[in-house]
Amino acid sequence: MTGLTRRGALASGAALIGSSAIPLIGARAADLDVPTKDVAPPNFKPESGASLRVLRPAKFVDPDEVYFRANTKKFTEQTGIEVRVDFVGWEDLRPQTAVAANTGAGPDIIIGWGSDPQIYADKLIPMNDLADYLGAKYGGWHELALLYSRRWHSKDWLAIPMGGSGGASVYRKSWMNEAGFDRIPDDHANFLKMAEKLHKNGHPVGFALGHAVGDGNGFANWMLWSHGAALTDEAGKVSLDSKETIAALKFAKELYPFMVPGTLSWGDPSNNKAFVSGDISLTFNGVSIYFALKNSPDPKLQAIAADTYHQLEPFGTAKRPPQTALVVNAMAFKHTKYPNAAKEYLRFMMEAPQYAPWLANCLGYWSNPLKAYGKMAFWDGDPKLKPYIDVMDTPYYDAYRGPITAQSSTVAANYTLVDMFASVATGNATPEAAVKQAAKQAARYLKG
Amino acid sequence: MDATTIDGTVRFVPNRTQSWLGRLFDWKPFLVFLCMLPTIGLLVIFLTYPLGLGLWLSLTDTTIGHRGDYIGLENFWSLYDDPVFWGAVWYTIFYTAVATAGKFLLGLWLALLLNHHLPFKAFIRAIVLLPWIVPTVLSSIAWWWIYDPQFSIISYVFVNVLHLRDTYFDFLGAPWPARWSLIVANIWRGIPFVAITLLAGLQTISPSLYEAALLDGASSWQKFRRITVPLLMPILSVALTLSVLFTFSDFQLVYAITRGGPFNSTHLMATLAFQRAIPGAQLGEGAAIAVAMIPFLIVATLLCFFGVGRRKWQQGGDND
Repeated sequence: MTGLTRRGALASGAALIGSSAIPLIGARAADLDVPTKDVAPPNFKPESGASLRVLRPAKFVDPDEVYFRANTKKFTEQTGIEVRVDFVGWEDLRPQTAVAANTGAGPDIIIGWGSDPQIYADKLIPMNDLADYLGAKYGGWHELALLYSRRWHSKDWLAIPMGGSGGASVYRKSWMNEAGFDRIPDDHANFLKMAEKLHKNGHPVGFALGHAVGDGNGFANWMLWSHGAALTDEAGKVSLDSKETIAALKFAKELYPFMVPGTLSWGDPSNNKAFVSGDISLTFNGVSIYFALKNSPDPKLQAIAADTYHQLEPFGTAKRPPQTALVVNAMAFKHTKYPNAAKEYLRFMMEAPQYAPWLANCLGYWSNPLKAYGKMAFWDGDPKLKPYIDVMDTPYYDAYRGPITAQSSTVAANYTLVDMFASVATGNATPEAAVKQAAKQAARYLKG
Repeated sequence: MDATTIDGTVRFVPNRTQSWLGRLFDWKPFLVFLCMLPTIGLLVIFLTYPLGLGLWLSLTDTTIGHRGDYIGLENFWSLYDDPVFWGAVWYTIFYTAVATAGKFLLGLWLALLLNHHLPFKAFIRAIVLLPWIVPTVLSSIAWWWIYDPQFSIISYVFVNVLHLRDTYFDFLGAPWPARWSLIVANIWRGIPFVAITLLAGLQTISPSLYEAALLDGASSWQKFRRITVPLLMPILSVALTLSVLFTFSDFQLVYAITRGGPFNSTHLMATLAFQRAIPGAQLGEGAAIAVAMIPFLIVATLLCFFGVGRRKWQQGGDND
């Protein structure tokens, strides 16, 4: 029974992307295949007369909002607690979180960006009981969730991670085969050979080297981490100026001639456009390229979708996937009058009957922080989604190796690493000069 | 008031019993102040407060999420050592100078053309305004497509239609092409403002002056040099000042097209201030960059007003 129902749910979910009203499909079926342990739930007794206000980032795809609202409505029906959910634009979320935290007013729960719990640690309700319960019941938390949502180097939970959005290699299988490769090589030398061959065949690779917040920083981080380099050391001091970084820069310089021209001006949508138009054979991206192709009525794009495959980003010298994810963390603030209601709401939203259909219908745009949700059958519905299951199973994060602080995302926001790679790749700077310059820029915000 | 008759003349004697409130309202300085109060209130709330807050933030180490402490001029000293900041200052000045010059040359030319009698004059004048009317974000996105490395219409025409080139143009992929591309887009957007303003100025010039010049045998250049330019000066100085201010504080074009890339070569001070303050969360530093724009703006305004438009009319007199 399971496979068929779930596949049906997935297919109808996928087909409905883009329409505004999506009926709640497969809600019952999807939660049955989440392997759980029998753990007694913590008994949060919501305060009488409680009501909640929740702030979260704007939807990725329509089902993201539809299922989130449906689950919230279900909570209200079962508990009588009114919950108002506001969706805000991604760039507005951080400033609004700051205002709520500093004024002690506003939403009771904010589902904010990865590092925010570390910044507002003292203003949040501890989540140990809830997080430990969820972890015990659902097979434990992925490493990225542990890093972002617990107080640094402790077991104190500050927030409940709800999902991560990460990238993978997106490539055209036929062109890869034509170049003589059946998968993307994990080592740098063969990766370069593959890129050279693809370029020679007229199907170059393409990675953002421009000021693209997600894709540019993602590519820069991959080059850094797959060479064993890191922006900071364990104490948070800038450790960019290393022989590993120089190796990464030299690799970028060798790779650049095999890339499609113009990547220096690429923004976040550029690699999607170039891949869909058939200008590039390989890029790193979220699941969005694949779904745009798959859901297109155009048979030409359908054909590209059939030829499109995913793989984890090449490991290089790294032992674990050298990539990170954009994580969302649910924080309940101490200023809320209804802390128990807030925790009960989060527990409800993370439990399989609610979380499973939401995750399944987000189709890989969001990945699960709890390991058990990676075992759901919908991931098998389309084997091409596999690399997105364990996006949060990685030890890497922005400003990796040091503690996560308010400054962790500042370096990414200033494109310091992207510009370092771009200037060396194009021959505008030597690796040695570029790394010194970038380390100096990073040290303006991190410890020098 | 009551009137008393003495020696057959009528005199007003103020009512001694008038309340202090009545006397207060009869007092002219107070009334003047009272009438100005709404304006002062608006200015304080919408101009002084944000400006003051910006100035204060620039003297603190405020970040998003952390109420900062006063650190004096430390932000400015740190920016003084920052090559990215100086790059942005330099490009902002270059961008403003070149784009303004371009806008005025082309705008003046367009205004002169439009001042002639053309068929469908009103219609053409309306069309000319389009780049100015369209929201900048929209036209920026159009330019972003025009400059796209893979989908540029210009590249398409040169490579696929005319076969003049083998490769697509990389408009935004290197510092200098990117800088010039942005300047072209800015000129395109700014021409209508200059053209229409100058056209309004041209139409105030009496045709009899040109007729008199014609009788005296003046050439076209002499008419332009001796009649058009001097009489256009007052409006030219106003348009120039506004245009310089708009261009210097431009944000949308650059943010939508390059976000300051490649390697920070196209950052304007406004885009850098935003990048550092909001996505980068360093509110204090961002405010310091914004505050650093103020002296440049003041100097630019003064130059425009006193350099180009120093005329007696500005001090309330007539032009000679």
